[in-house]
Amino acid sequence: MEHYLSLATKAIFVENMALAFFLGMCSFLAVSRQVSTAIGLGIAVIFVLAVTTPLNQFLTETLLRPGSLAWAGLPDLDLSFLSFLTLIGTIAATVQIVEMTMDRYAPALYNALGVFLPLIAVNCAILGASLFMVERDYTLAEATVFGLGSGVGWALAIMALAAIREKLKYSDVPEPLRGLGATFIVVGLMSVGFMAFSGIQL
Amino acid sequence: MKFLRDLHDKADPLFKDGGPLARFHALWEAHDTAMFTPGEVTRTAPHVRDGMDLKRMMITVVIALQPCVLFAVYNTGYQSLRAISKGAVPLDDWQMALYQLLGFSFDPTNIALCLLVGALYFVPILAVVFAVGAVIEIGTAIIRGHEVNEGFLVTGFLLPLTLPPTIPLWMVALGMAFGLIFGKEVFGGTGFNFLNPALTARAFLFFAYPAWMSGDAPWIAADFLGVDSFTGATWLAQAAVTEGVLATASFADAFIGWVPGSMGETSALCALLGMIILLVTRVGSWQTMAGVIAGTVVLATFLNATGSETNPLFAMPFWWHMVLGGWAFGMVFMATDPVSSAFTSTGRFYYGLGIGVLVVLIRVVNPAYPEGMMLAILFMNMFAPLIDHFVVQANVNRRLARVGA
Repeated sequence: MEHYLSLATKAIFVENMALAFFLGMCSFLAVSRQVSTAIGLGIAVIFVLAVTTPLNQFLTETLLRPGSLAWAGLPDLDLSFLSFLTLIGTIAATVQIVEMTMDRYAPALYNALGVFLPLIAVNCAILGASLFMVERDYTLAEATVFGLGSGVGWALAIMALAAIREKLKYSDVPEPLRGLGATFIVVGLMSVGFMAFSGIQL
Repeated sequence: MKFLRDLHDKADPLFKDGGPLARFHALWEAHDTAMFTPGEVTRTAPHVRDGMDLKRMMITVVIALQPCVLFAVYNTGYQSLRAISKGAVPLDDWQMALYQLLGFSFDPTNIALCLLVGALYFVPILAVVFAVGAVIEIGTAIIRGHEVNEGFLVTGFLLPLTLPPTIPLWMVALGMAFGLIFGKEVFGGTGFNFLNPALTARAFLFFAYPAWMSGDAPWIAADFLGVDSFTGATWLAQAAVTEGVLATASFADAFIGWVPGSMGETSALCALLGMIILLVTRVGSWQTMAGVIAGTVVLATFLNATGSETNPLFAMPFWWHMVLGGWAFGMVFMATDPVSSAFTSTGRFYYGLGIGVLVVLIRVVNPAYPEGMMLAILFMNMFAPLIDHFVVQANVNRRLARVGA
């Protein structure tokens, strides 16, 4: 239990997807104008990460790793060259399901997120989590906790950024820096703040 | 007085729009409001007036900081002389060269000598900070056409107090410039920033030049090479390495501040004096301070109860957390910064609570940083707007429920 707790803490704070690895930047910068939208996207990312990471772990273990097809009588087969294709395919399918569900049950949020909802499919944070999972040889339970933690960390970061940007609406940023320029500076300063956790050994 | 006022009024059109010196209006305005009570009144309703303007607020903080400043000067000199009298070598820098040229002895019991050595290290840092701060503040005021604010006075006093005495002056200048420009001016100046500029500067220096801002060397202005019986590390850093350091240490020394550390942060007593001034004048938010105290007490007690075999810091009680490092200084002067903390009263409590919890967490769990106050406040600065959002949203929901909409 303690192991999973420290894994989750690590994924949320120490190795924050957005502010320590700078993954998922495009939607991080583009959909952080309003807190309510940011919360919506954050929840969507948490969900997609929590589903795709264990799913990809399962697929990797049963199909893709060298020798993992031994259960089917093919111990010599190595399908790891299909890994990217499979990981992306799983993610795309999951995002499609989330999109259709949201369109049906939360149309306001669906419209607010616009093109960035289908773009979760190519959000680097999602693929990044799956690749980290493969690289670090997580078990199914670890992959679930890691996916969930990464999602929560990313959601936390985008919510904080959105709140700061809502506050910055009233500030007097120099003309050339308005919009994305100031946001980049904010994100840089935020990642300095998140360095408080770098070095924590769990 | 009348004569001076007339002289002023005569010069005033020079700085108005269209005047030959209109470009320097910010400078003129700053001078004018510092010397005289501004004559302008609010033209439209409501006419509720309060003498508590930005200027008075900032000056109150500066006054509340003065015990810390005085003690910083004294303790810097005292630590240096004490180390030298115990066998450390004076640093090879101009301060010590000047001191020895004047022919003074290294006697830590002499208050005047302690103050002199402290001033030799503290005053140049303060001067550099104020020079850089004034240039940037006045420069941006002229370029961007806003008024010169007293905010940089507070930043200018806060930053030197958080620095070690041995830091090179160019580093001080660089840090102050980064803090003011990227922490504040880029967002439009005082009131528009979301991070505390002094903390931004401190964090920048901390991450850019770690060797100068942590470890054993920087905290006391003396050279320890070859002296085994004495360490220049802060008590927090010592407590993290060796078990039982605090059992034999003097709590009174830590409370009053006779310990190595950043120049102004060591004395919980002086921070307490500042806290009383800020609370009585209501410049500092009591909600924030209460939150920080609650967070520290709860988490430290919880960690005491949990215990750990490998980490001696788990056993550190909360009253030690409060007197060591920058806890007291940070809580009183950094966390309560009205611009970068939460805006709502409820939000301020949760914001403080987050700081209190995080500071203990970083100190105890993170071996990379023995001190966590700076990073804890910086981290909660980032989340203050989000806390406000939820507090306001909760209020909206409550009122909606009340009217039954």
